[in-house]
Amino acid sequence: MNTLGLMSFGPDGWGYSMLAATGTTVAVAACGFFVGALLGCLGAAASLSRLRVLRLVADFYTTVLRGIPDLLVIYLFYFGSSSVISTASALFGAEGFVGAPAFLTGALAIGVVSGAYQMQVFRGAVLALSKGEIEAGRAYGMPSLLLFRRIVLPQAARFAIPGIGNVWQLVLKESALISVIGLVELMRQAQIGSGSTRQPFSFYLTAGALYLLITLVSGLVFRFAEKQAMRGIRRGV
Amino acid sequence: MPFDLPFLAESFVALLRGIPLTLQLTVLSVVAGGILAFGLAFMRISRRWWLDAPARFYILVFRGTPLLVQIYIIYYGLSQFPVLRNSVLWPFLREAYWCAMLALAFNTAAYSAEIIRGGLLSVPAGHVEAARACGMSGFLLFRRIVMPLALRQMLPGYSNEIILMVKSTALASTITLLEITGIAAKLISESYRPVEIFVCAGAIYLAINFLVARLFAWLEYAVSPETRKPEERRA
Repeated sequence: MNTLGLMSFGPDGWGYSMLAATGTTVAVAACGFFVGALLGCLGAAASLSRLRVLRLVADFYTTVLRGIPDLLVIYLFYFGSSSVISTASALFGAEGFVGAPAFLTGALAIGVVSGAYQMQVFRGAVLALSKGEIEAGRAYGMPSLLLFRRIVLPQAARFAIPGIGNVWQLVLKESALISVIGLVELMRQAQIGSGSTRQPFSFYLTAGALYLLITLVSGLVFRFAEKQAMRGIRRGV
Repeated sequence: MPFDLPFLAESFVALLRGIPLTLQLTVLSVVAGGILAFGLAFMRISRRWWLDAPARFYILVFRGTPLLVQIYIIYYGLSQFPVLRNSVLWPFLREAYWCAMLALAFNTAAYSAEIIRGGLLSVPAGHVEAARACGMSGFLLFRRIVMPLALRQMLPGYSNEIILMVKSTALASTITLLEITGIAAKLISESYRPVEIFVCAGAIYLAINFLVARLFAWLEYAVSPETRKPEERRA
C-alpha cells in the first residue's frame, strides 16, 4: 500500500489514529508549555529579586536545566516518580514496577525544561523595559503590584512574544521525546503503525509532515500575535 | 533516600565510558554539518531563487520537525526500500552509529546555515567596498575580509548550537547507541535506581557543556583583540 492509502480515513487507514495522536502531541506540548510559563515567571521574578539566595536558586535552575539533555530529564521524571509510586504501592500490597502516568510526567518534564528557557525570555523582556517608565510610575505613587500590572506586564509581554514563540517551537519538538515513556502521541503512534505494517518510512514521513504543519500554523499564530501586540509602537529600526 | 557513595562512584565510572562516543558523535556531526551549512548559507545569500528556494525548504523541514523523527526516518524508515537495502550504502545505513551521525549532521546543518548566514550578512558593506577599492576580489576578498568578520560575528550563536548538539546526542540512545544516556538507561534497568544515575549523567553533560562554553568564550576573546583595553592587549 502506498503512503496515502495507508493514511486514509477508511477502516484500514491510519488517518484517524494519526490525527488523534497529533491532538495528544499538541495537548501535551501545550500543558508543558504552560507549566513552563509558570516556572519561567517565578524564575524570572526570582532572578530579578533583591535577595541573593533567590537569584542563586534561579541561576542554578536555568543553568542546570539548559545544560543537560531533555531526554535525561524525561527519563528522570518518569523513572523517579515511578519508583516513588512503586514503593508506595508496595505498601498496599502491589508488586513490581508501577509506571507513572505518562501524560502527566511528560508534561511536567517538558514544563520544567521549557521553564528554564522561558525564564530567560521573561527576564530579558523585563530588562528591556525603559527605566524611565518605571520611575515615572513610582513618581505617580503606584505601589509595586499596581506598577507591575499596569506598566511592566503589558510591555514585557509584548517584548517576550518572539522569544516565547521560539520556546513553543522547541517544546513542540521536545514533546516527541515523550514517546520514550510510552505516551501515545504522534511519534509513538508512528512507531506503533510502522511496527504493525512494516512501513516505517511512510509513518515517520507522515509524522514529520504533521509536525511541520503544527510548526507552520503556530508560527503564523505567533506572527499574528506579534503584529497585534506591536500596533501603535514606533519602531526605531 | 540515603545517598550511597560507593554506588554513586561506581555508576559514575560506568557512565564515563560513554563520554568518547558522545564527543565523537558531537564532533563528527558538527564538522560534517558545518560543511553542509556553509553550502546552504551560500545558497541562501546567492540572490538566485533556484538556489535560495531549495536551501530555504531544507532549513524549514529540518528545523520544523523533531530530531527524533529525523533519526527514526533514517534508521528505521530507509529500510523500507529494497533498492537501498541492496545498494552499496547499506553497510553504512544499517549501523545505528552512522544513522545517528547522519541525522545529527543534517539537523545541525539547518540551524548552523542560518547562523552562518547571519554572520555573513553582518559584514558591513563598507568593508567589502574598501577591499574592492584596494583591488581585492573573489576568493581573496572572501578569505581576508568577509570570512574573518563573519566568523567572529557568529561565534556566540554557534556556541549555543554546539551545546544543543551535545545535548542532542542523547537521542542516539533511542537507536541502541550506548553513549552517556544509553549507558544511564541501561544501568537503571539493571539497578532500579534512577535518581543517582541521572544525577551522575546530568553532571557529566553539564561539565562537557561548561567546557564548550568556556572554550567559545576564550575563542571570542582571542579573535577580537581590538575591542580589549590597551593594557590587556599587551599581556
